[in-house]
Amino acid sequence: EACRIKSPLDHSHMDSSEVTATSRHYVDRLFDPDPQKVLQGVIDMKNAVIGNNKQKANLIVLGAVPRLLYLLQQPTSSLELRTECAVVLGSLAMGTENNIKSLVDCHIIPALLQGLLCQDLKFIEACLRCLRTVFISPVTPVQLLFTDPTVIPHLMSLLSRSQRTQEYITQIFSHCCKTPEHQMILYNHGAIQNIAPLLMSPSYKVQMQALKCFSVLAYENTQVSMTLVNVLVDGELLTQVFVKMMQRDRPIEMQLTAAKCLTYMCRAGAIRTDDTCIIMKTLPCLVRMCSKERLLEERVEGAETLAYLMEPDVELQRIASITDHLVAMLADYFKYPSSVSAIADIKRVRMAIVSPCIKLLLVSSVYLPVFLIQLDHDLKHAHELRQAAFKLYASLGANDEDIRKKITETENMMDRIVSGLSESSIKVRLAAVRCLHSLSRSVQQLRTSFHDHAVWKPLMKLLQNAPDEVLVMASSTLCNLLLEFSPSKEPILESGVVELLCSLTQSDSPALRVNGIWALMNMAFQADQKVKVEIVRALGTEQLFRLLSDPDANVLMKTLGLLRNLLSTRPHIDQIMSSHGKQIMQAVTLILEGEHGIEVKEQTLCILGNIADGHTAKELIMTNDDMLQKIKSYMGHSNVKLQLAATFCVSNLIWNEEDGSQERQDKLREMGFVDILHKLTQASDPNLCDRAKTAMQQYLA
Amino acid sequence: MAELGAGSLQVGDPALNYQERELNERLKRLYPAVNEEETPLPRSWSPKDKYSYIGLSQNNLRVHYKGHGKNHKDAASVRATHPIPAACGIYYFEVKIVSKGRDGYMGIGLSAQGVNMNRLPGWDKHSYGYHGDDGHSFCSSGTGQPYGPTFTTGDVIGCCVNLINNTCFYTKNGHSLGVAFTDLPPNLYPTVGLQTPGEIVDANFGQQPFVFDIEDYMSEWRAKIHGMIARFPIGERLGEWQAVLQSMVSSYLVHHGYCATAMAFARATETKIQEDQSSIKNRQRIQKLVLAGRVGEAIDATQQLYPGLLEHNPNLLFMLKCRQFVEMVNGTDSEVRCFSTRSPKSQDSYPGSPSLSPRHGATNPHLHSTATDSPTCSNGVTSKNKSHSKYPGISSSSSSSPSSPSSIVYSESNSTDSTKSQPHSSASNQETSDGWRRGENIVPPSLLQKHCSGFSADSEMEIEAEHYTNGVADSSSARIMNGTYKHEEILQTDNHSLDESDQPRQLCGGNQAATERMIQFGRELQALSEQLCREYGKNPTHKKMLQDAFSLLAYADPWNCPVGQQLDPMQRESVCSALNSAILELQNLPRQPPLMLALGQAHECVQLMARVRAGSCSFARLESFLH
Repeated sequence: EACRIKSPLDHSHMDSSEVTATSRHYVDRLFDPDPQKVLQGVIDMKNAVIGNNKQKANLIVLGAVPRLLYLLQQPTSSLELRTECAVVLGSLAMGTENNIKSLVDCHIIPALLQGLLCQDLKFIEACLRCLRTVFISPVTPVQLLFTDPTVIPHLMSLLSRSQRTQEYITQIFSHCCKTPEHQMILYNHGAIQNIAPLLMSPSYKVQMQALKCFSVLAYENTQVSMTLVNVLVDGELLTQVFVKMMQRDRPIEMQLTAAKCLTYMCRAGAIRTDDTCIIMKTLPCLVRMCSKERLLEERVEGAETLAYLMEPDVELQRIASITDHLVAMLADYFKYPSSVSAIADIKRVRMAIVSPCIKLLLVSSVYLPVFLIQLDHDLKHAHELRQAAFKLYASLGANDEDIRKKITETENMMDRIVSGLSESSIKVRLAAVRCLHSLSRSVQQLRTSFHDHAVWKPLMKLLQNAPDEVLVMASSTLCNLLLEFSPSKEPILESGVVELLCSLTQSDSPALRVNGIWALMNMAFQADQKVKVEIVRALGTEQLFRLLSDPDANVLMKTLGLLRNLLSTRPHIDQIMSSHGKQIMQAVTLILEGEHGIEVKEQTLCILGNIADGHTAKELIMTNDDMLQKIKSYMGHSNVKLQLAATFCVSNLIWNEEDGSQERQDKLREMGFVDILHKLTQASDPNLCDRAKTAMQQYLA
Repeated sequence: MAELGAGSLQVGDPALNYQERELNERLKRLYPAVNEEETPLPRSWSPKDKYSYIGLSQNNLRVHYKGHGKNHKDAASVRATHPIPAACGIYYFEVKIVSKGRDGYMGIGLSAQGVNMNRLPGWDKHSYGYHGDDGHSFCSSGTGQPYGPTFTTGDVIGCCVNLINNTCFYTKNGHSLGVAFTDLPPNLYPTVGLQTPGEIVDANFGQQPFVFDIEDYMSEWRAKIHGMIARFPIGERLGEWQAVLQSMVSSYLVHHGYCATAMAFARATETKIQEDQSSIKNRQRIQKLVLAGRVGEAIDATQQLYPGLLEHNPNLLFMLKCRQFVEMVNGTDSEVRCFSTRSPKSQDSYPGSPSLSPRHGATNPHLHSTATDSPTCSNGVTSKNKSHSKYPGISSSSSSSPSSPSSIVYSESNSTDSTKSQPHSSASNQETSDGWRRGENIVPPSLLQKHCSGFSADSEMEIEAEHYTNGVADSSSARIMNGTYKHEEILQTDNHSLDESDQPRQLCGGNQAATERMIQFGRELQALSEQLCREYGKNPTHKKMLQDAFSLLAYADPWNCPVGQQLDPMQRESVCSALNSAILELQNLPRQPPLMLALGQAHECVQLMARVRAGSCSFARLESFLH
């Protein structure tokens, strides 16, 4: 016989007016002139609201909160009454998000923070408990903790009062520390020294909340992380304390959070990536968190943290790729239903399996909803799991060709990415395209799996009106797919991508501008005349020259690269220079005269070299004495690369077997180029020396 | 020592001995549940169980290939000396690739006895391997499965066998590579195989620290098993559980005569005690007499209180009489002590506690024998000074003051402060003294604390008045429950015991008349032996007892002679316990307290698990639950 569980649902058979009437009575008693009766009223209210969301909502609607707050703040109220008020408010906060909103609207936060100034520990604890519940809700603006500058130091001082104050305060900190400014406020008020000893607390809850604090404090914060590595707790380095917390017999939550702390400290540059505590402890711990045995949330968090840890380090990527079959383990992350129909299917199947089991075990049917709740919970995590797996794959394959191969060879991997690119969840799409981008750095994969699975199709689709962060990744991937050896280049060109890329170059985001122009540059590399004309037409010379004066050096470089690719074979050079020669020469002059880096100038001189290779185009240089003077001066530049590029240009101008070469040679000799070339044949750099000799030979022939 | 030839083991090499010692310590730490007398651990490669193309060197830890290495027909393997015992729970060894030789066709893994050695591990039935050239795993098959990375010169490959779920995973340079095999059969040997010239590998069966943190992995499984035990459903008898526990505690207290404690416990838990209080007190009195060495008086009291008991138990009587003789030599028995000037009453200095601290003799007899090797007392705690504690209780002739040395040394040796004992215990003793030998601690404190808190340990608890302990201090209050000692007394003791050791001990307390009485008693004992022999036939145990007892007289200083051990007051305990059990049996009460029975059974079960190859026994050890 199943025992009867008293649940909040028991109240539901009461009719609503009855409920309101009772609630009304509770509120009325708060206004009784006899303080003793008020106290009893608050205590009765406390007992009535526990676990009863409806009652809580009613009381809030009936205006209990302002009265409770009034009583709580009233100096004439007894401590006992004030404490009970804080307890009831804490209980109300435990309800729905709407409850929290109402409480925050009633200015509960400043009232409770004010209450913390009281000396009575019980009252302080009740206030903190309520504050904790309010602050950990996603609907509460965390900024409210930082409005009054005296609050944080006061909270720090309360840390020594009791285990409860420690637990609540650290929990508030770890939830409210969301920005670098928050980190610095806490840091400057001695968060590290005050919280570090709590890691040794006999209370597991305190230990965990303290640990969580360190993870949020260290995240992307070099100053905090650098301080943390030198902190001693009970004579032991903090990093060692974290390592101990990752021991395999510790609770999973503790292992995972300690691993996060070390990960963040490592990424913030406070711990080297080749440190034993990272390689031998943190990394394997995070891999374990991805295992099937872990809860879905833990698997998500584990994978995301691991991805973050090894993102910049190929050695960590290599170790992770061989640890505990990680690559195959991640494939399990996709074995959750992705569509609604699949969910329904699974529910049906599970019901069919579960029902006989229930009969068999003689368990009451009460367990059934519990089971379904579990299932829904799994489904909710399906997206999270997939995006985490994609992120981790992206990190794993960021640098090493063998790992990329291993990933693409995982069962159905490319199909999963392809379907991930068109999933409804933006998070999944972004992660999938990130993964694709990482894999697209492989020449081999571009030639094989990328082409076989026609990944360019969903990628192109993704590029039509996606949010910027997705666009950045997608366009960056597209750049790789447009590389000359990529078999996808052809179909992409045919799909009419040029317009799209040109529009990217007009974006406000430098990253998107770079990717757009970069893709165009790749597209123009050894391309047909038709394609080049199309690019120039679609981009428009005006936009092209705007890009040449882009504040972002990367954009400038890629634009020059595009120009260089456009100006490649002779007929193309002559054709483009005949229509846009004047603007191009102007732009080149501007750049050579401007304050730019060596690389930019080198690229520009190379363009000039290409122009010098054209039949008709070279006249644009030969007739421009100013330009020739510039070239001459770059031949004598202190940087070898620039000397090389300038010499290359000259050598093209004076090349024999071309019409008018004699005249050009004569002109340049008059301008003193031969002397310089002669000097350069003595150059210490062998390349420069060779090139100068080749140029000199043109005179000798 | 790196240049040692094949198989040449230099016993005298100190470095080697050091390594040996380190190996023993590590193996003991990693596999505490393994009884190496039954199932020895692998410590090296077997020179007998290998193919001829395999050469061994460096104490049979280094393996090199000496065949032609033309093709797979030239493959050669070697197994370790012993199979992996199931009681390891989790077993681990590492192999360092010293040289990959020509092609690096090396296989590391496991195989059953009798598997062909002219093969690499993994190719045949009951053979499993991970191969360096392709990184594949071979599960009893000629074709491998993609498993891990390749390995080569300089790499350290580890192989871990989980005997709880019968799986195996490998490690490379300390990184776990994930499960390679499942459903492994029992009794596999560590195995390596080589196939081309120049291949050399070194094994580490625990000689050196492992690169992989195996102990961390073990801790996870220990936590898992402990969690399983903690969550094990007790089912519908939940309600009875409490009653069973209470009755176990109660019967334990009664059995050992903790009369007042038992009464208080019964009151607090509202349970009944089977035996009546006076009977418990009688038993307690007799036990105290035996433990004080006043065996004669104990016999008298027994005969008076339990007429017929000894008459029906001639073996017990003989045992008591032998002990009485020993105590006469010792000078403690009242029959010789009455010749001394002091009143016997005042010399009743034996604080009694060891008697009342139960021993685990029934379940773990070999531990008693180890106890005799060390100067520690049976209660698992060494007193501060070895030389004083060897025969702590023999001082009947010495002071009769309340702080008599004998009592002092005992009270100290009875201390439950186990940390104090450890520095003095030798390494091998430490293991046992932590566990079974600490007799008093046999009641899980949690058990006692849970059920005892709530009734007071007031003055009516004689036990506390005599400041001995069954090892449980109530940590929640300043008041000491069930007795530790009063500190000032402990402090006093050291000086006194020092004095005591300076005085030479003398036969029968050095009294002539006493010696004569002793000789006479010896004759009576001899006669009793002969009579028993006539009535019941020869009894080798009796003969031995008698011989041992009489041998004491053959030495000038009986306390420092080969049979001197008998004089150790600790030896009174077994006699005392036998007498106590006999009295209880007479009253139709169990010879052994159910708590001890349950404990013994649990212990046997864990040992049985090892024999039936249930690897989880390694992490279900009683020691981890008896604090």
